[in-house]
Amino acid sequence: MSWSKITLDPINPTAALAQVGGPGDGATLLFLGVVRNANEGRPVSGVEYEGYAEMAREELAAIVGEAAERAGSLRVGAVHRLGDLKVGEVSVAVAVSTPHRAEAFEAARYVMEEVKKRLPVWKRERYLDGEPEWLAGRTPAAAGSARRDRGPAPLEAKGRSRAQAGAARAPR
Amino acid sequence: MNVTVLFFAAHRELAGARDAVVALPERSTVDALLAALRGRGGGLARLPDQVAVAVNRKYADRTTVLAEGDEVALIPPVAGG
Repeated sequence: MSWSKITLDPINPTAALAQVGGPGDGATLLFLGVVRNANEGRPVSGVEYEGYAEMAREELAAIVGEAAERAGSLRVGAVHRLGDLKVGEVSVAVAVSTPHRAEAFEAARYVMEEVKKRLPVWKRERYLDGEPEWLAGRTPAAAGSARRDRGPAPLEAKGRSRAQAGAARAPR
Repeated sequence: MNVTVLFFAAHRELAGARDAVVALPERSTVDALLAALRGRGGGLARLPDQVAVAVNRKYADRTTVLAEGDEVALIPPVAGG
């Protein structure tokens, strides 16, 4: 069973965990993405998440479905929050349960890597020392190509470059 | 025909709007729509070349042919998670 949600409300990790697990599952995994207090040395006070909510809902459901299909009959769920978040608040939760641990780590990893590549969500960081800026992100692949690439996702480079103020910038 | 274009994040700021209705010749492609948007001038003239696009909530490529009433979203580089 898989589930997914895009929400403006605070994410409840316990509720996310409660939707997975079963008598045959020996591994349950919960990943939380949390707003941190600094990015590239700049003190961050919060992050505004903007999303194309209708499409994000469909894309997150597709990602979760792919993770379940790749790993067989696992239980997997994901919820992504939109709106104004403060430091320490949860922006995304992924919960997975599987018979053994390897598939659980693999599935949670797959969901997060695809979220970073495909989910139509953007973030604008607010700083203690200046004007808010849209973070530089990744340009999603055109139709279908994300689904053709079923190989393991590469590790994301550490750190992110900040977008030029007010302007989109191609990644990398 | 008319299509509705949605702008998000940095693109919304470039466009100065959340959406726009654009009139195009029948069977225009995504590329033709992007050219029409850039031709409007202002901030839209600075739309990046590599902009990704979704048509009716699915990622699409530049050669996708549009139809009356399509919802076309310009997708800036994504940064979820």
